[in-house]
Amino acid sequence: MALKDLFTKNQPKKKKYATIHTENAKTDVPEGIMTKCPSCKKIMYTKELVKNAKVCLHCGFHFQMNASERIDSFLDEGSFGEINEAMTSRNPLNFPDYLEKLEKDRQKSMLNEAVVTGMGTVNGHKVVLAIMDASFRMGSMGSVVGEKITRAIEQADELSIPFIIFTASGGARMQEGALSLMQMAKTSVALKRFSNNGGLFISIMTHPTTGGVSASFASLGDFNFAEPGALIAFAGRRVIEQSIREELPEDFQTAEFLLKHGQLDAIISRTELVEKIANLLEIHQPGGELEW
Amino acid sequence: MVGELEFERPIVELRRKIAEIKEFTETADVDLSSEIKKLEARLEKLEQDIYENIKPWDRVQIARLPNRPTTLDYISYLFDGFFECHGDRTFADDEAIVGGVAKFNGLPVTVIGHQRGKDTKENIRRNFGMPHPEGYRKALRLMKQADKFNRPIICFIDTKGAYPGKAAEERGQSEAIARNLFEMAGLRVPVICIVIGEGGSGGALALGVGNHIFMLENSTYSVISPEGAAAILWKDASLAKNAAETMKITAPDLKELGVIDDIIPEIKGGAHRDIKRQAEEIEKVLKESLQQLLNLTEDELIADRYNRFRDIGEYTILKDYIGVN
Repeated sequence: MALKDLFTKNQPKKKKYATIHTENAKTDVPEGIMTKCPSCKKIMYTKELVKNAKVCLHCGFHFQMNASERIDSFLDEGSFGEINEAMTSRNPLNFPDYLEKLEKDRQKSMLNEAVVTGMGTVNGHKVVLAIMDASFRMGSMGSVVGEKITRAIEQADELSIPFIIFTASGGARMQEGALSLMQMAKTSVALKRFSNNGGLFISIMTHPTTGGVSASFASLGDFNFAEPGALIAFAGRRVIEQSIREELPEDFQTAEFLLKHGQLDAIISRTELVEKIANLLEIHQPGGELEW
Repeated sequence: MVGELEFERPIVELRRKIAEIKEFTETADVDLSSEIKKLEARLEKLEQDIYENIKPWDRVQIARLPNRPTTLDYISYLFDGFFECHGDRTFADDEAIVGGVAKFNGLPVTVIGHQRGKDTKENIRRNFGMPHPEGYRKALRLMKQADKFNRPIICFIDTKGAYPGKAAEERGQSEAIARNLFEMAGLRVPVICIVIGEGGSGGALALGVGNHIFMLENSTYSVISPEGAAAILWKDASLAKNAAETMKITAPDLKELGVIDDIIPEIKGGAHRDIKRQAEEIEKVLKESLQQLLNLTEDELIADRYNRFRDIGEYTILKDYIGVN
């Protein structure tokens, strides 16, 4: 093996703005022994990178995480139990090639759909968890994603435990048309009921969270957080540039931009996430009393 | 004729021919009445054939006609004493959404709707009916007011979508839409939504979480415009016509998918042909819908809205799937 093969090749160059395309998933997952950070261009051991929750050891760049990596890094070891794992999409509009595309993504991502839901513990606190995975159909929301998230919310409501979601999505899934659009309403009405019953909902937006997902449950947390550098947007940057014909700021639609404009409670680095969320869960434990 | 569309051309041509012959018989000394009768019968059949088989793309064209009736047009025919209220109390008044209080056949109601302009000047003022966050926040403010005073809410949906702009993103377009979906779920009064033109994606849905959802026969409701869908799916916006069929965006398609409750018939050729008669069609449906919903308690209304959306979606449960862990 030549020395240069030790390094993951073809890392995307730092772009003026983030574009989401499916090939990203391949290059973002460090497979070689060494990985080059797409942000600071420094090279590090993949093993160390994974140990650091896939946060660059040099500049703090957050690599994209898939659902099972997220489960491993966020939940107490072995605490996760998946629910509704066997739910799978149909083709309600008889959309050409849709079923084939789903099958291809199933092979590629080893997932059944773009969200994984289940229960687990964070430093001992029980939570219902939903993790979206951008490696399946860009994390887009169709009937299954909407249904699994709704069922997870209903489960949290029934058990009176907090609901946490990690979002990563290109928006509504076009191939299911208006049914996808209606999943925005479905998840939102479920969150309203959960909220009225006193349920705690924490939304953690990861790269990228856009369109119909950003404009529904992702923005409806009692606490809305984001990972550093995450793209969070309603409309695509190119669409906006075309409609207003003016230069957009460098940090437009990043987590930092949203924080500055009052849309987030905080940006939390992945390396501090468990500790901070566990603290928040602790504060929301029922029965906290003033100690005399 | 104003609003003449491609698919209507055979009708328009035949009408013109009949008019010409009629004019000719008036000046010349020949009796062509039997020919005219024949042609008129043919016209009737042609109209029936064409208007009863309108293709999705033709409906898109009707829904987008500049002279298609808007929210304020219908308000003037359907309600008495409409009093428009402005502003979201935080940032601005977004004229892409109008709202206020009025009476519907004696019943106090709150009316809210997207508002396009009819000419360039008005369109600029109203941003072509594409709201900013403050528009949605104004709508929500008025809905909460309706909730307080126990007034049913009637929403007219007519937008290409929420505005994709820099200022809109800065002020939280996503959050504003999401908040409306969330809060509409909890309203203790009847909410009735009618798509009257284009129902474009989240920007339309932000006024669309109702107990009953209706569509005018030639309106559309979709997750993305046919042009947008064609550009993304087939990298060619000129395939919009195909996308309009594939995406199932028309009232009949959406009724079949269970997204809407019912279709409000349009008069031949489209609502713009006779606003007054079209308003009467809407009035009938609104009356019936209100009569049903006014019988429900607050809790029943909320549960009804929950179930209305809870059941939308299609999926299968696999038998042999193991899962990620």
